[in-house]
Amino acid sequence: MSFTESRPDEVSEAPRALGVPLAELVGITKSFGALRANDSIDLAVAPGEVHALLGENGAGKSTLTRILFGLSQPDSGEILIDGRLTRIASPADARAAGIGMVTQEFSLVGTMTVTENLMLAGVGLGRISRAAARSRVLEAAARLGVTIDADAVVETLSVGERQRVEIVKALFHNCRLLILDEPTAVLVPQDVEILFDSIRRLRADGLGVIFISHKLHEVVAIADRVSILRRGRIVASLPAAGLSPRRIAALMVGAEAIIPDLAEPTEASSDPALDALSTSIGLASSDLPDAATDAPARSSGPVPAPAQTAPAQPAPAQPALRMSKLTLAGPARALLDEVSLTVRSGEIVGIAGVSGNGQTELVNVLCGVTATTSGTVHVGDADITERTVTERLAAGLGRLTEDRRGSVALSLSVAQNLVLEDLNRFRRGPFLDRRRIRAHVADLIERFDIRADPNDPIRSLSGGNMQKVLLARAIDRKPRALVASQPTRGLDVGSCEYVYSQLRALKRAGTGVLLISEDLDELLGLADRIVVIFSGRLIGEVPAHTASRQELGLLMTGHVANPVPPDERAGVTA
Amino acid sequence: MDFPLIAVLAATLTIATPLVWAGLGAIINERAGILNLGIEGTMYAGAFVGFLTASASGSATLGLLAAIIAGALAGSLMGLLTVTLGVNQHVAGIGTTLLLIGACDFSNRILFSAGSQAVTAKFDRLFAGTGFFAQYPMTYLAFLVAAPALWWVLRSSGFGLRLRAVGENPEAADAAGIPVAGTRYTALVLGGALMGTGGAFLTLSLLGSFTLDIVSGRGWICIALIIFGRWKVWPVVAGALLFGFADALQLQLAITPQFGAVPNELLIAFPYLVVIGALAIWGRGVRYPGAYLVPYRRA
Repeated sequence: MSFTESRPDEVSEAPRALGVPLAELVGITKSFGALRANDSIDLAVAPGEVHALLGENGAGKSTLTRILFGLSQPDSGEILIDGRLTRIASPADARAAGIGMVTQEFSLVGTMTVTENLMLAGVGLGRISRAAARSRVLEAAARLGVTIDADAVVETLSVGERQRVEIVKALFHNCRLLILDEPTAVLVPQDVEILFDSIRRLRADGLGVIFISHKLHEVVAIADRVSILRRGRIVASLPAAGLSPRRIAALMVGAEAIIPDLAEPTEASSDPALDALSTSIGLASSDLPDAATDAPARSSGPVPAPAQTAPAQPAPAQPALRMSKLTLAGPARALLDEVSLTVRSGEIVGIAGVSGNGQTELVNVLCGVTATTSGTVHVGDADITERTVTERLAAGLGRLTEDRRGSVALSLSVAQNLVLEDLNRFRRGPFLDRRRIRAHVADLIERFDIRADPNDPIRSLSGGNMQKVLLARAIDRKPRALVASQPTRGLDVGSCEYVYSQLRALKRAGTGVLLISEDLDELLGLADRIVVIFSGRLIGEVPAHTASRQELGLLMTGHVANPVPPDERAGVTA
Repeated sequence: MDFPLIAVLAATLTIATPLVWAGLGAIINERAGILNLGIEGTMYAGAFVGFLTASASGSATLGLLAAIIAGALAGSLMGLLTVTLGVNQHVAGIGTTLLLIGACDFSNRILFSAGSQAVTAKFDRLFAGTGFFAQYPMTYLAFLVAAPALWWVLRSSGFGLRLRAVGENPEAADAAGIPVAGTRYTALVLGGALMGTGGAFLTLSLLGSFTLDIVSGRGWICIALIIFGRWKVWPVVAGALLFGFADALQLQLAITPQFGAVPNELLIAFPYLVVIGALAIWGRGVRYPGAYLVPYRRA
């Protein structure tokens, strides 16, 4: 297949599923000011079809699904349900038309039971019958092939369970077309498997599914058809069978420069841009259709994953960041329990785990936000356990915390934020040396490709640009050790790739990087070794180049198959 | 001298009555996510408008109806400020209270020469002479009708489910097709009507007249009771009874010779100290409704 086949004008010629589509969007256009979020989009979903919608952040996926679910009105265009023109002015209209949507932000009331939550839509004012609703909930759960405690209070459920409740809710309202907006972003691998089983059941049941994801191997594993959005337009709509993730990646970012490489998708590419890109979208295995079990195949893929270079690292480098028996007492149990880990210079150590298992606490302790109960932290040879935040910075600790907006002073400008931690360097007497600050900021903006004016208020920056500011601020100090927590959360493919390239450059320059992430692909692609945190303890370590998603997934849920005696976990206990 | 236990318990119910009415109103408001600090002024308006209508018409029932309408209007004003305009709820509530108390006192001054007015029409106690059961009709209504009814509504009605959803997670409620603004307005109007009723109890039952500062902080007590009772009907009623008992007790002690040496000011402060103590013990670590104080705007 040549690239030109997937030009927009050919979309309509693509073979349609038999019969009348369940839902058809025709010429949907929506603008926000000057930005055209959706530009005459045509899209059809057939019964029993899983239709993947792909695109970078801001490509228009959310706008499109919000329109289909009645949360937003198109400027022009039509929606046909079962071939009939249908006006969808509200979520209630969408539900009446058989459309259900499950987003990453669940629409559940935490203090209510599962049954009460499902009754909410369409509930009147008078007497309610919980018993009748309860049996319908169980019926819908059975249809999905999952078990659900209909009387459980939602806030006591895990994220995976809540997502199942959301899908059951859609079925409860007789949904025939289910929109799943990045459903796997919040799930551990085991829950992803359960979700995919459910999707396959729904497909067999004749439901249509719109599946939005950034993870290409998932799309290849579950979708029947793939449509790719770029800058508000559908640039390709293709059957998923035989489609390579690499090709999808190129279509998504529309990087024309790298298209020639697509001619030989099975050969190792020499184009670093595409390599970085592929890795950044979690694309390590190339063409395996069932990528959920492909971990061992990773290293044979076309992408020279950094993990492969790990064994070649010269052995014991200097420790950059050393944690020794870090413990943080909590109200009920220890939030951190004797965490010992050494990150050496020129090494990236990943910490995997389901959120809420102590990652945030660990970062806070390392950065000096929370005082540890016992244990020590060293940067190089310096004991920083009792040091203040400023002293830690001076000792060579850099950090990228998960809450970007909490790491900047939102009402200050880009320039002010860039020098905020280094004001002593720009002092002239009791005053700040504005001229030197200006020069320094201009240099950082240039070097880190920050797309903003120095005087822009930082709150106006996109997530990716804001992260560049934080990266610039942290990296410019040439830190001995960097704590990077969820460094790409919420960023689009291009910005992710940039962050990855910077982290790799830091590693080459000899910084020890501690990478805390909930994205397994990110960890597998970047880290030299991966440590799993569960319930405040480090319960296992695996070298990234031999790690399988299954193994990590089991560890992340606290299953230790063969507990390793502490003295053998050389890397962990150091 | 024997301690008049029956009399103190009967007074407990009477004193708790306005707190139960206004407290139930506050539960409805806060379950919908709105802290209504207009409660004090709304009670005041209910007391004044109820008295005014009753004295002009000679009918206590008409007075009560007028108080209910005044309370509902005060609730709509809070709705305009907090739901439609999205004003800070503390500011809107305190402003409403100041406005209503000022307007009532001003009207009182214009209409009458003296601060306190004579008894005109009022409700009489039912079952007079039976001791404990000799209570005002609005007391019976509060404990036997209004409280059970609200308990049922919150638990077993669609409106109750909507109310809780709107107060916990308005985004989810909106996605479920529940009109968030409409539900909050309804809550404020209903809650205001109950607060107005509580105020009217003071003029139309307890005193039969209007005096300046007649509510004297009972609205604020209700705000504390709601937290104490964790937004649940029966615990809030229990809190009202606790305050009522403490107040009845101090009233009794004030006329008991053995306590003659205790300063009266200390006795008057006693029920308030009880509320502060109860809050300090049971009011900590409570979980507020999820959308408490937060105006809802569609993303």
